[in-house]
Amino acid sequence: MHRRTLLAATAALALGTGWAAAQDDPVKVGFIYVGPVGDGGWTYEHDQARQAVEEHFGDAVETVYQESVPEGADAERAITQMALGGADLIFTTSFGFMDPTMNVAERFPDVKFEHATGYKTAENVSNYGARFYEGRAVIGHIAGKMTETNKIGYIASFPIPEVIRGINASYIAAKKANPDVEFSVVWAYTWIDPAKEADAAQALIEQGADVILQHTDSTAPLALAEQAGNVIGFGQASDMAEYKPSPRVSSIIDNWAPYYIDRVQAVMDGTWESQSVWHGIDEGMVEIGEMTDAIPEDVRAEAQDIADQIAAGEYHPFTGPINRQDGTPWLAEGEVADDETLLGMDFYVEGLTGEIPN
Amino acid sequence: MSGIDPILLLAALMVGSTPILLAAIGELVVEKSGVLNLGVEGMMITGAICGFAVAVETGSPTLGFLGAAAGGAALALLFGVLTQFLLSNQVATGLALTLFGLGLSALIGQAYIGVRPPPTPRVDLGPLTDLPVVGRVIFGHDFMVYVSLALVVAVWWILRRTRAGLILRAVGENHDAAHALGYRVVLVRLAAILFGGACAGLGGAYLSLIRVPQWTEGMTAGAGWIALAIVVFSGWRPFGVLVGAYLFGGVSVLQLNLQAAGVAVPVELLSMSPYLITILVLVVMSSRSRTALGAPASLGKAFHATT
Repeated sequence: MHRRTLLAATAALALGTGWAAAQDDPVKVGFIYVGPVGDGGWTYEHDQARQAVEEHFGDAVETVYQESVPEGADAERAITQMALGGADLIFTTSFGFMDPTMNVAERFPDVKFEHATGYKTAENVSNYGARFYEGRAVIGHIAGKMTETNKIGYIASFPIPEVIRGINASYIAAKKANPDVEFSVVWAYTWIDPAKEADAAQALIEQGADVILQHTDSTAPLALAEQAGNVIGFGQASDMAEYKPSPRVSSIIDNWAPYYIDRVQAVMDGTWESQSVWHGIDEGMVEIGEMTDAIPEDVRAEAQDIADQIAAGEYHPFTGPINRQDGTPWLAEGEVADDETLLGMDFYVEGLTGEIPN
Repeated sequence: MSGIDPILLLAALMVGSTPILLAAIGELVVEKSGVLNLGVEGMMITGAICGFAVAVETGSPTLGFLGAAAGGAALALLFGVLTQFLLSNQVATGLALTLFGLGLSALIGQAYIGVRPPPTPRVDLGPLTDLPVVGRVIFGHDFMVYVSLALVVAVWWILRRTRAGLILRAVGENHDAAHALGYRVVLVRLAAILFGGACAGLGGAYLSLIRVPQWTEGMTAGAGWIALAIVVFSGWRPFGVLVGAYLFGGVSVLQLNLQAAGVAVPVELLSMSPYLITILVLVVMSSRSRTALGAPASLGKAFHATT
């Protein structure tokens, strides 16, 4: 009896809101990827989230994606094609897709667009990004506590704010945990080139680094750390669980699934609105992968505590006093960095050596 | 500079250069027979995934390398059939082979993402590895480093000192004359193409099984093109290939070491130094002697018995 009432009520509701029509005609969600879905890092995680959307909504959605779309003029063609193909919502998942997305959005006012890691919005274009620096503060703390040589190697990709922010955040946390810590940064000028990443890791290990942090996407540095024996590292973008429990002692995982599900739901409900979000550990977009037993228990607890405080909004990884590299003050005692400065970060904090290439 | 240990650097250089060296020595033989195969990158990446797949399925890195050689050779066979029997344009076919190899490897690789291959042990040379200086540099590597060096010597010896090498060079210098003498131009070239493919496959597998070790789409990241440049750089001489590969690998490793050691040189300069030095050496060489003479005279020309 109860069930029957429920069914009847649902049916009435469905007819009333036009949901039945949507049932027949699933919401079509498109994804534009910058790399192959098998890159094991950035695009892989976006595609995992796409699959999560399919799983969550079942027949109510249809997803399409195009991988390895170059950033540039061709992106506009790819996005246009997807919009013409009847997509209701399109996620463009790389910084370089920003202007193409804006251009296409202008011509398709009825299609909703979501652009990752950019800064432009329009009536039908949102942008979203993740506060990876929060995760870097957590692993920076572990790195600072666990290094015995006090030398931490950092494999950086390109000198853009995102990467510089990561170096600063992990350095500040590591320095707090261990005042003697030193960072060596190597710029690899690539997001993914396993051979080069391996060479970079080897160079850092030979220089005495016993913790390797990476902002490149392959597991090559972890493989080198394993060969070296007493070196640890962290998973980047995805969990890299195959190197557990050591050298991979924890990881920073990009988890786009909750956001994607949320936004698809909004389109279904007709409540989608343009917005600009930057989510972190709190919203689940940045996840700290399992901390293994290779980390001493007290350090694990401290790291978890930092993550919890960041999630609760009680602690910001960029809290003053912090000076810039040249010694000029940036943040006063207790002051917290504003998002604008963080988004455009182009300087090292005090204590880091070397120069940021232009 | 003080922080860099030259011995460790030398050892790292040998490992870092091996993929390029393997691919380049294979391409040298191909070009010596008068065929220009621009598909090195495609054959490398195909070898990388074939070797990876075989090693994972069988648990044996040695079988993996054999599989890689077979995979690279299979792709090269396609090139051979197209260019030698159907007389297609070598440059266009080679470029297509690279694109095809990249796509094919991605397809085969779907099931191998995030998988760890069986480890390839270092060759255990007992007390030799403990010798000062030379121990680490000469006796501390995995077997493929020695295979690559042996290949260079073997190629040099066969090309210079044997009848087979003489025939191969004759075919590359003047295929009409070689044909008139009764040599099977197409078969000789096909054999060279297969050898080149197998070597490129080994180079790719060195990346996916030893250097990295993992499978990632597009993981050769242009190493095949560097190998092609090194063949020109060497003036088509086997030991020139060795010098070229180690020089390029050496500068690549050195620039990362300089960064890691915190030497105050602009990073941009360091990053482009391997390419800069390659160009520089090419310019110096071509101005000093007529390197063009080193190129096989029939390089890139199609051969048909009736013409």
